[in-house]
Amino acid sequence: MLIFEHSRPGRRNYSQSPATAAETGNIPQNLLRKRPPLLPEVSEMDAVRHYTRLSQKNFSIDTQFYPLGSCTMKYNPRACNSLAMLPPFLARHPRAPESTGQGFLACMYELQEILKDVTGMAGVSLTPMAGAQGELIGIAMIRAYHESRGDAARTEIIVPDAAHGTNPATAVMCGYKVVEISTDKEGDVDMEALKAAVGPQTAGLMLTNPSTLGVFEKNVAEMSRVVHQAGGLLYYDGANLNAILGKVKPGDMGFDVIHINLHKTFSTPHGGGGPGSAPVGVGKRLLPFMPVPVVAFEKGAYRWLAEKDIPQSIGRLSAHMGNAGVLLRAYVYVRLLGEEGMHRVAEFATLNANYLMAELSKAGFEIAYPTRRASHEFIVTLKDLKEKTGVTAMNVAKRLLDKGYHAPTTYFPLLVPECLLIEPAETESKETLDAFVASMKEILEEAHTQPEMVKGAPHTTPVRRLDDVKAARELDLVWKQT
Amino acid sequence: MPFIPHTEEDIRAMLESIGANTIDDLFDEIPAALKTGTLKGVPPGLNEMEISRLMLERSEADGRYFNFIGAGAYEHHIPAAVWQITTRGEFYSSYTPYQAEASQGSLQLLYEYQTMMASLTGMDVSNASMYDGASALAEAALMAVRSHKSSRRILMPATIHPVYRSVVRTIVKNQGIEVIELPYCRQSGQTLPESLDEFGQEEFAALVIPQPNFFGVLEQVDALTDWAHSKNALAIGVVNPMALAMLTPPGEWGGKGADIAVGEGQPLGIPLSSGGPYFGFMACKQALVRQMPGRIIGRTTDQDGKPGFVLTLQAREQHIRRSKATSNICTNQGLMVTAATIYMALTGPDGLRRIAVQSHANILALLEKLEPLKGVKRIFSGPVFHEAAVALPAPVDDVLRMLKGKQILGGLNLKEYYPELGNTVLICATETKTAADLGNYANHLGQALDNISSVNSRATSATSLST
Repeated sequence: MLIFEHSRPGRRNYSQSPATAAETGNIPQNLLRKRPPLLPEVSEMDAVRHYTRLSQKNFSIDTQFYPLGSCTMKYNPRACNSLAMLPPFLARHPRAPESTGQGFLACMYELQEILKDVTGMAGVSLTPMAGAQGELIGIAMIRAYHESRGDAARTEIIVPDAAHGTNPATAVMCGYKVVEISTDKEGDVDMEALKAAVGPQTAGLMLTNPSTLGVFEKNVAEMSRVVHQAGGLLYYDGANLNAILGKVKPGDMGFDVIHINLHKTFSTPHGGGGPGSAPVGVGKRLLPFMPVPVVAFEKGAYRWLAEKDIPQSIGRLSAHMGNAGVLLRAYVYVRLLGEEGMHRVAEFATLNANYLMAELSKAGFEIAYPTRRASHEFIVTLKDLKEKTGVTAMNVAKRLLDKGYHAPTTYFPLLVPECLLIEPAETESKETLDAFVASMKEILEEAHTQPEMVKGAPHTTPVRRLDDVKAARELDLVWKQT
Repeated sequence: MPFIPHTEEDIRAMLESIGANTIDDLFDEIPAALKTGTLKGVPPGLNEMEISRLMLERSEADGRYFNFIGAGAYEHHIPAAVWQITTRGEFYSSYTPYQAEASQGSLQLLYEYQTMMASLTGMDVSNASMYDGASALAEAALMAVRSHKSSRRILMPATIHPVYRSVVRTIVKNQGIEVIELPYCRQSGQTLPESLDEFGQEEFAALVIPQPNFFGVLEQVDALTDWAHSKNALAIGVVNPMALAMLTPPGEWGGKGADIAVGEGQPLGIPLSSGGPYFGFMACKQALVRQMPGRIIGRTTDQDGKPGFVLTLQAREQHIRRSKATSNICTNQGLMVTAATIYMALTGPDGLRRIAVQSHANILALLEKLEPLKGVKRIFSGPVFHEAAVALPAPVDDVLRMLKGKQILGGLNLKEYYPELGNTVLICATETKTAADLGNYANHLGQALDNISSVNSRATSATSLST
């Protein structure tokens, strides 16, 4: 039932708005609304019940295991939320003077410094509001760098074929042509293809490392040399930073610019699809182009650096300073981890992934790159299962929902047929992983004994398989009063 | 180890299963030269008690003020239920709803949100939100260019939030799009339709129309919309959603209505929080739906015929189209929209209107209280919503500093963005201010101005004595 169907004309919440309805003053009639908007007229309790019940129809980290590759669904510590929501932080206006926000700015400054150290970059700007925006600004900085040198011939961005869809989409938004290069049998970028692709037209290379295939690009140093020698710059997509946090710094691998998904590696909530936050880190060459604002500490006080302080800055990305509340959550998280905890993240994320890979392999699942170490994620391919039983990766994913697990990432990366990309994250216990393996084994058996049942999954969720084709053909995007 | 549950026994058993001796062995594919030794910039870990104390001290150091700053972020009361429900783990820690069967709660909520926003803006459809108001405007400009096909020019009034204009430039500059700034009337504070003809001689893709504009002034939206349409361009409304509870929605502007409506969703239940996270909204006419960026939720049925909700029109998006996507956008602001939807359900059409109208009444009441102060006057004649540009007889920064000493954040100095306006401050009053608060503001402003003028006159007489 929709909230609108709970609505009754004339019902309202007396505590939630002014008691008297004031006049609209001297506003001309043609500017005044004639009909009220279609908002529900429900009691406070109706609304609370309705949305509480809706929440119960969701899977979430707080209720389920999410072995969701490339998404780093780790536990979101509750302290991060409650401390970011302390009343003075919430009440602070973004345009309030810096002198009234020294406590807040101290957190931002320290977060910047910590992210610099962890990534090995020379500067960090906290403003991008999501991974895709971090990418956009990263590539825009590469463009600004080449332009500042009068090097207008660089028109191409190289992207491996295993990359996230945002990479090519971002390059195009920055006015670049995308050149895709292939992956070799071992899951590494094909070095010959890279060497053939670079040239005076190369603006840069976008790379995720460990890659979306779940393996560390062994040749990253050589790739960096090849691209730099051709005059291009290297962009690090931080989607998989969790796999190397505290172990390898992107700056040490030769990257010139990086975005960090705080909603992955730094445990800020996914919130059902946002808000994200994606600070960008830059090497020395790109320092003059950083997006503003950036926090500085000068003469004992914190202040925002703006366009006049960084005159070649690529500019602004948000009306204020980015997703401040998300940044506060990440700050609390890094302080709780501390140096030692930071090293442990990659260690235990990698331990969990390699253990899960070993156990699933023993249980009869085919691993896409069996000779490689898993990073914090790995790929299972169900090509064989599909041929024998007709059960697809999507069917297995949906059947996992019945067993109380969120589905792994399916059909991504596109290179591996019938694939499940599995990332357990460091916060899951061995018992959870063992129970997941047991459920996967059950599904494997079911695929052979009752394939139709598996294909019809899920069976226990609030709704069963939904008709996507109908949704797109008979668009129903807003409710209409009948 | 924070948030890592492994016992020594677990680690041993897991390594044995893998066939490795140590955890370090698992990193043996990483060239040794790349491995990091230390993290010198990361301090030792704190426990929850210690970090709580630190954050409490820092938040308290920032103090509490009576806030009269608006400028794109507005203080409104937020019902307690909004964030108590929004931060339930099932909303807070859930993933993007790609697995529809496991995400019906978020998906239904987003469908309800789309319905509310489409109605509030008077549009046919809404997406499931954008990053913030500024980036939503940039995306609307890109969308207009995609659908117009023959022109890549956007007309942008100078009365649009200056930072929005700067964000639009950052986002569209590498796509060959030209953004042309339109002048405003120094008398009314509006973008006058009759002043636009010289800009309309060459073809353009869209005219952006703010309501209210950055000065808090209401624009002549009907005439502006009709003018854009008469030039075969789209009209993009940039609106404050709270204002729409009392103002004509973009979908009803002029003869045919604006084509796209975007704006900052923050006034709908999102705390000020130093600037984010907020959310941007975008709604449009049915004909443009396939050009709309971002996530869109549709209602459909499951295999048993039961109604349910899914992400739809995904063929526009980057994870399917890659380099041919309408935008590189991947996330929306799901959690913020959760709060906004609950906020709108709790206030309802009547409550939202009362809040908007009370805010409007409060700025009028404040302006009335300021009227007796010498040299203090509204600089624009156009009608306002809940914010107004006011000229002061003294340097604005000095006045604001003195008000801050009285726990009042007195407004935004417009000098940085509109130097031609001299000593002008942008003041906002919403429903959160009582009559006493407004009186207090007027008194302290009066005192501040008196102090400055007596300091000045002392300085003048001192100068005359010494000569």
